[in-house]
Amino acid sequence: MKNIYILFLLLLSVTVKAQDDPMDVLEKNTKPTTTFATATFKSTRVINGQSVETMAKRHLDFRIAHRFGALNTGAYNYFGLDQATMRMSFEYGLTNDLMVGIGRSTTQKTFDYFGKYKLLKQSSGAHIMPVSVTLFASIAAVSLSTNPENSFSSPSFANNIERLSYCTQILIARKITDGFSLQISPTYLHRNKVFRINSSDASEVLEPNDIFAIGFGGRYKLNKRTSINAEYFYRLPSFNDQYTLNSNYHNSLSVGVDIETGGHVFQLHFTNSLGMIEKQFIAENTESWTNGGIHWGFNLSRTFSFDKKKKKDNW
Amino acid sequence: MKNIITTLIISLFFATNAKAQNYICRDGETSFFSETPLENIAAINKTVNSVLNITTNEIAVKMVMTEFKFKNHLMEEHFNENYMESPKFPNGIFKGKINEAIDWKKDGSFDVTAKGTLIMHGVSKERLLKGKVTIKGEEITLLCDFNIPLSDHKIDVPKLVIAKIADNVAVKNKFIFTAMKK
Repeated sequence: MKNIYILFLLLLSVTVKAQDDPMDVLEKNTKPTTTFATATFKSTRVINGQSVETMAKRHLDFRIAHRFGALNTGAYNYFGLDQATMRMSFEYGLTNDLMVGIGRSTTQKTFDYFGKYKLLKQSSGAHIMPVSVTLFASIAAVSLSTNPENSFSSPSFANNIERLSYCTQILIARKITDGFSLQISPTYLHRNKVFRINSSDASEVLEPNDIFAIGFGGRYKLNKRTSINAEYFYRLPSFNDQYTLNSNYHNSLSVGVDIETGGHVFQLHFTNSLGMIEKQFIAENTESWTNGGIHWGFNLSRTFSFDKKKKKDNW
Repeated sequence: MKNIITTLIISLFFATNAKAQNYICRDGETSFFSETPLENIAAINKTVNSVLNITTNEIAVKMVMTEFKFKNHLMEEHFNENYMESPKFPNGIFKGKINEAIDWKKDGSFDVTAKGTLIMHGVSKERLLKGKVTIKGEEITLLCDFNIPLSDHKIDVPKLVIAKIADNVAVKNKFIFTAMKK
């Protein structure tokens, strides 16, 4: 008789188990997923500098960026709008982590080529990664015709190698909250040839070919489609006494707004840099906020999807 | 007499144990389609989890919103960032019960209805869903199509893009359940 009671109890326990909430059963028997942070920044640029974002696979980004003249040139120059420098580029995602781009700037008629690779992606859940890390490398080629005077606006080159400069960055960013992201971007820049703005400067101290800089960038979302962005690049002093940073060049500071509408991202900003590639706005930025060299500018980004394979899928 | 009761209980015990009560599906497919004259939007999630308890007819479905894949990456980003707010509301959930009494051990096809709560974008809604169950051996297939009005779940569409997103989004589900091992 005792055995029967034990069996009864066993049976009861089985029945009780059968009445478990299926949601609990589901939670216990499925693997937790890893969630990757999306849209740390709205665009592949914070303002001038690169952000950790890359283009998705088979997506093309057509960018047109303008920087107008200085605000303090007054009403006669329509507060700078009469003059414009621009950069146009095509940037394409080869994979979801690797993108390439080609661009041309009016400043010194410069062509630039770059690649960007997402090394680490910020994630939470099963696999936790606190930051996103993206590697960036670019080559810029000045195509301005050579001039024996050797000034910044019309330099002289002995050969085509001298026209090249290189930039590498390690972009480290974290989407701290849903609306707030921060990025730090250690930068190494090498120019094959450096120029003096004042050729009359008799001092023998040379400007370094290598420049190390640290970029700081952030974005704060005002609402779902608008954010405020800010960016600053600090050039580290030269390590070698023979060289010193050219005092005519200034660190770059930019403040702006990102507005997103469907496939477009509009980035409107104020900046003291006219150049839109690293060599120009980090190493050769001639104006500063303190002397009134503030420029109004915009980046316009339009994304096209060429993902034909997925389009064929039947939903 | 005593022996009869013992055998009866033992056989009962084995009977309950032989047939697992919980059926699980770890790679269920949920897709949705929004059709307007301007733009069609479609996405599919192939990692939907679901558990079906065949003794109580209860069913639970849970999906990760960021697992919805779009043909256009920007749409995917907007879906998660602007509409579903996936970082804040990471999962879509359905908890319910199938109304019809079904002999889950017999092969066949049955139309079913399920009553339960659908949680999406942090908003719970009582829903009565229609579906079809097909039983074939140890495999149970559940198909279920329904529409979700975006306003039901407080999903705001800005006026600028209102013509591009349907008010009612068509959702399709396909789950293939297999018996869960104890």
